[in-house]
Amino acid sequence: MAYRLPALLVMGLSCGPAFGQDITDFTLDNGLQVVVIEDHRAPIVTDMVWYKTGSADEKAGESGVAHFLEHLMFQGTQKMAPGEFSATVSALGGSDNAFTSYDYTAYFQRVSADNLERMLTMEADRMENLDLSQPIVDNERQVILQERSQRVDSNPSSLFQEQLSAAQYLNSPYQSPVIGWRAEMEALSREDALDHYHTFYAPNNAILVVAGDVTPDGVRELATRHFGPLSPSTTIPPRERPQEPPQLAERRIVFKDARVAQPYVMRSYLAPERNAGDQKSAAALTVLAELLGGEPTNSVLAKSMQFGADAPAIYTMASYDGTSVDQTTFNIAAVPAEGTTIQEVENAMDATLQTFLKDGVDQTQLDRIKTQLRASDIYARDDADGLARMYGSALAVGLTVQDVKDWPQILQDVTADEVMAAAQSVLDKRQSVTGWLESDEVTQ
Amino acid sequence: MKILKTAIALICLSLPAYAAVPIQKVTSPGGITAWLVEEHDIPFTALEIEFRGGTSLDAEGKRGATNLMAAMLEEGTGDMDAQAFAAARDTLAADIDFSSNKDMVSVSARFLTENRDQGADLLHSALVAPSFNESAITRIKAQIISGIRSSNQDPEHIARQAMASLVFGNHPYGSDDSGTEESVAALTADDLRDAHAAALARDRVYVAASGDITPEDLGKLLDRVLGDLPATGAPMPADTTLDDKGSTTVVDFPTPQSVVSFLQPGLDVQDPDFMAAYVVSEIVGGSRFTARLMDELRSKRGLTYGAYSNMVTMDHANFMSGHFASDNDKVAEAVQVTRDVWADVAENGVTQEELDAAKTYMTGAYPLRFDGNGPIASILVGMQVQGFDIDYPKTRNQLINALTLEDVNRVAKKLYNPDALRFVIAGQPEGMDQN
Repeated sequence: MAYRLPALLVMGLSCGPAFGQDITDFTLDNGLQVVVIEDHRAPIVTDMVWYKTGSADEKAGESGVAHFLEHLMFQGTQKMAPGEFSATVSALGGSDNAFTSYDYTAYFQRVSADNLERMLTMEADRMENLDLSQPIVDNERQVILQERSQRVDSNPSSLFQEQLSAAQYLNSPYQSPVIGWRAEMEALSREDALDHYHTFYAPNNAILVVAGDVTPDGVRELATRHFGPLSPSTTIPPRERPQEPPQLAERRIVFKDARVAQPYVMRSYLAPERNAGDQKSAAALTVLAELLGGEPTNSVLAKSMQFGADAPAIYTMASYDGTSVDQTTFNIAAVPAEGTTIQEVENAMDATLQTFLKDGVDQTQLDRIKTQLRASDIYARDDADGLARMYGSALAVGLTVQDVKDWPQILQDVTADEVMAAAQSVLDKRQSVTGWLESDEVTQ
Repeated sequence: MKILKTAIALICLSLPAYAAVPIQKVTSPGGITAWLVEEHDIPFTALEIEFRGGTSLDAEGKRGATNLMAAMLEEGTGDMDAQAFAAARDTLAADIDFSSNKDMVSVSARFLTENRDQGADLLHSALVAPSFNESAITRIKAQIISGIRSSNQDPEHIARQAMASLVFGNHPYGSDDSGTEESVAALTADDLRDAHAAALARDRVYVAASGDITPEDLGKLLDRVLGDLPATGAPMPADTTLDDKGSTTVVDFPTPQSVVSFLQPGLDVQDPDFMAAYVVSEIVGGSRFTARLMDELRSKRGLTYGAYSNMVTMDHANFMSGHFASDNDKVAEAVQVTRDVWADVAENGVTQEELDAAKTYMTGAYPLRFDGNGPIASILVGMQVQGFDIDYPKTRNQLINALTLEDVNRVAKKLYNPDALRFVIAGQPEGMDQN
């Protein structure tokens, strides 16, 4: 049912499965990690360069600089004119883009396999030789401000979720939005962007992922030729960010906006992330999210809240993604039915959670979810790009290739008892923020 | 939104098959045809089914019936209620998705090889014998009405819907096919049964599959899934005609950034000039940073995060449309720049350099679309819907490469008409005159 789900309900299980046998990895002498994912069904390749830096690595007061730099990485080097990078890719029939998150910044191209070398040449070039003119920087600042208007300020649900994150993190840099706070974005300078670049962009702080019709030896040769000459940085700061203190008191926010047509309640709980060699709690939480709200019909929240004559909700969801450097969140939400207040739907959500914590896991439902997780191994093989993203994001937050390969089995091994233990530990209102998104009755 | 979906579908199928992918035409024992790419590396099959007509078949006064009907197909069949159906589907680890737009009701499915027959039986039941159970209708109606309310507060939807209403009036293309709160609330189980009989019939079905299945097995699957559907459905809606009256309309909505939708008449996908127009459209409104609108509005002036336009070929209308969002204090300038780009193309056409770059991009991007069973099945069903020959993929790049600057500029000058451009702006634009 793909019609008009509110944006909050589209976050699903984002930790997909791993697919073991055709994955190779190695590290160049200068520290560049390389992962090769073979898929020889079509003569196509996706190459991605992941930098282990994101918005959570920015200096205080410079929110948005990681994303601003991502835009500027297309605006010229000593060898290439502004815009020439993308123009070159499209002239070869390829496509390219980039994205920034809290913990990483990634650049990718999709081209026919015989054009891979050209791509690696250009990526290696912009890893070291970015060259920015002031007018270009000034124009691109306008573009990111327009982007913020479009993605966030035009959408009350986005503004609400931005406020919710800011309220969830007292000390962690995850409190600031990836795109940045507007006032700080307006003040970002060419020097700020270049400072972030020189601090974090180096082969020993990057991962190259190549997926498609390639061989490990072929990629090793090309990577060595083009990235090998780059010098590693000796001044990359350790990722020791301010940590979240234990949350001792429940927090609540109410966000009102005249543009809200459909109110809802959303709650985030602080939750542990995946760690190298230690993914069991994250796996249990991943399964818990599926059980509680991963599917719109048979999940615990849906069954309890969306069915029957006086169902209090029309949508419910639960989500968790443990692919994160620091402590992350487990999220649940519910959209009230007509005639139900947000307070009532929140009460119903809490009652459902209490019942679940008392009664435990329905083994049939758990088995079904594990069957689907196993099948997703098969479906994932149809999408080499998806596998590239899975490996890139995991390695960028400090997991290893082995961790990614182990993940599907760890998910399969999760027991009902482990799920309940994870639920007992995380679903504690004292370590949560509950937000209400409401319509502001005062209109224009 | 629906216009956008159609636009995307067009782009996909206008960049069709990788010549090396062999497409087979399969006819089932019962006479249903499908296009197939066999690919046995991964043990699953992707299946795409389209029924022509879509939500434009809604009966008079029943707006939203087809949309609700399609949403109800996964809400129970036979002795299975919605929860039992979802459990059966998930136990097989099958994907079965139903959706609808103004031209099609669509089914998108993936079945593991190990239990494909059971998956096919489940899909068959859902398609042929949906329950339309009262409590499920109430539940799904509430979701749809919530969606309608949200859309009505979304400036992007407001702009697109105002444009559709302006251009298509009382034709089904002119109204939101989710219906209104009132029309959806009034729908009954009988209305859904009527919509089902109107939309899902064998005389309007197109099928494509890609993956771990032989032609023989696909033939059996086609009969299993679709054989029990009625032979015929409702008559198709009428074609529309677009005038070339330009206009500018502002829909007042309190938001910091205005959303702009613009449109002028286009060409039929089977028109001999279509490919030339399609190449010009890529040069003017494609997603490449070198495309005219993107370059002028974003790269040179920072007026927007992205500006696009493309050729849209629906079953009953052909047009060119575009969209962008720009802060209220900048949108008037952005609209003027868009007009200027349009006028320049109408007067001067495109350059040889732009044409060459577009050709290499479009012909090079062509094989990259064929990168998995899911995408291949989607492309194959789209080609059938648009009336392309099964061999079209082998000639498509030649058609593009054969275009001369003279060809494309003759078409550009004939087609692009700044006086025919309609703009709808949802927001609170500063310094914008309406007419």
